[in-house]
Amino acid sequence: MLLVLFFTSCLGSGKTGAQRSIVIEYLNFVIMLLVAVGIGVLAVIVSAILGPKKATRAKLMAYESGNDPEGGGVGTGQRFPVHFYLVAMLFIVFDIETAFFYPLAVAYQKLIPFAFFEALTFVLLLLVGYVYVLKKRVLEWA
Amino acid sequence: MPDWLIPALITLLKAVLVALALLTAFAYMTLVERRLLARMQIRWGPNRVGPMGLLQPLADAIKSIFKEDLQVTMADKLVYTLAPILAIGTALTAFGGIPAGPAGSLFGADPWVYNLDAGLLALLALTSMGVYGIFLGGWASGSKYPMLGALRSSAQMISYELGMGLSVLGTLMLIGSTNFRVIVEWQALQGWTILFQVFAFALFLVSSFAEVNRTPFDLPEAEQEIVAGYLTEYSAIKWALFQMAEYVNMMTASALMATLFFGGYRGPVFLDGLIPGISGWPIIWLVVKIGFFLFLFIWVRATLPRLRYDQLMRFGWKLVLPLALGNTMLVAFHLAFLRPSGLGLWFLGLLSLAALLVLFVMGDRVRSLWSAPAAPKVPAKATRPVGGD
Repeated sequence: MLLVLFFTSCLGSGKTGAQRSIVIEYLNFVIMLLVAVGIGVLAVIVSAILGPKKATRAKLMAYESGNDPEGGGVGTGQRFPVHFYLVAMLFIVFDIETAFFYPLAVAYQKLIPFAFFEALTFVLLLLVGYVYVLKKRVLEWA
Repeated sequence: MPDWLIPALITLLKAVLVALALLTAFAYMTLVERRLLARMQIRWGPNRVGPMGLLQPLADAIKSIFKEDLQVTMADKLVYTLAPILAIGTALTAFGGIPAGPAGSLFGADPWVYNLDAGLLALLALTSMGVYGIFLGGWASGSKYPMLGALRSSAQMISYELGMGLSVLGTLMLIGSTNFRVIVEWQALQGWTILFQVFAFALFLVSSFAEVNRTPFDLPEAEQEIVAGYLTEYSAIKWALFQMAEYVNMMTASALMATLFFGGYRGPVFLDGLIPGISGWPIIWLVVKIGFFLFLFIWVRATLPRLRYDQLMRFGWKLVLPLALGNTMLVAFHLAFLRPSGLGLWFLGLLSLAALLVLFVMGDRVRSLWSAPAAPKVPAKATRPVGGD
């Protein structure tokens, strides 16, 4: 509903042709998304109707190499290595770097040679952090 | 009748066509993969259901629809169902932005579903949404092996997403646009990007293998190590949806490589000398290039053993990431200083090729980055008697 409102307001009068065509491309994108998700939903529903439903207690147990499951389950607070957390944090930092780099890359040819030193400074600053991470052995999974 | 209705209906038709084509392609891709793997191992692959096994995908699909859809007691009901839908939804949507020909070449309509100015960004965003599908699927199963697989998978995919995003930056600097059509048209004029960016292409190829969880990076579903990873508790069509998402992602990655580095829907121009106009055949060339990369995916699966998890993460963070950044700075340096002084794009191609060769020659030295665990030097204490046990 919100989407419909958004697009009708964007397509309203007083917009130039270029703006309209951009909005229309995003509308096409939403159509594609809806079709793709719709196929997934349809497959799940059809399978739920057609498949047999003879669940037993043993069938519904979680897999644990033939033993009775021990602990487990959603939200029971299983512990896992902190490395995953560190990698996720590093990813956020470097992904922001990538996000900053994209506009620079697209507009680069209009900004040279000044932009080269900008980019170099930025990369060097990040390299300091990267070397620190390496020295702290964050990326060693031993 | 409002004026936007007809274009919207055409888009809807194209979207449905693309989705169905991808699903059919996925089904036959599984068959082709099994046949090819079989041939590479000197055996025959499926050849009983229908002529040459051509009805095998159909049989598999019907079977997976009529299977019982189990859900373990520990599972989170809503997320468990939504995760495969999310995976397939994002995977199918991502393909819609790839242009398959010049404007109006599909019976008067445009041969793409949507054409965003931020096309590459949208595609990268959608492929990384696949991480959510896999992670939520593993988490919601409420079991241990799926949780392990999901954690490993999400860490791996986000790590290599960086390599993927950074290795295309050089190409973007050359072309100056993230719109796929502009990228293809630039290559039609200046030559395929692979000629100038062979180093970036190598990094991108490796990253996309890891991004779509294919051997040698298929740790999330390493059967011999953690059962089937995030797929362990899934059955029937939900399992099939995850498989579909994986194969569709493979096709998208192939199409992306073809579009970014191999001239997209345009064939090599020198072939025009043999048959006039062959380089302009719409769709055919894109399908040929996608087919080539899919073959590469299968070939590598039959050839290389899997990496260990620590090797995988070191490879991504210590090799791919800095090299991708280095490649970006190389292109930036060329554009800023070498090109104005008269050294053209061919010189960048030479530099790139030289970088790749240096990497190959240095292979044995660089290998310590990912294979040997650089353990801190502990003084060896002879606690074990020599020779006895």
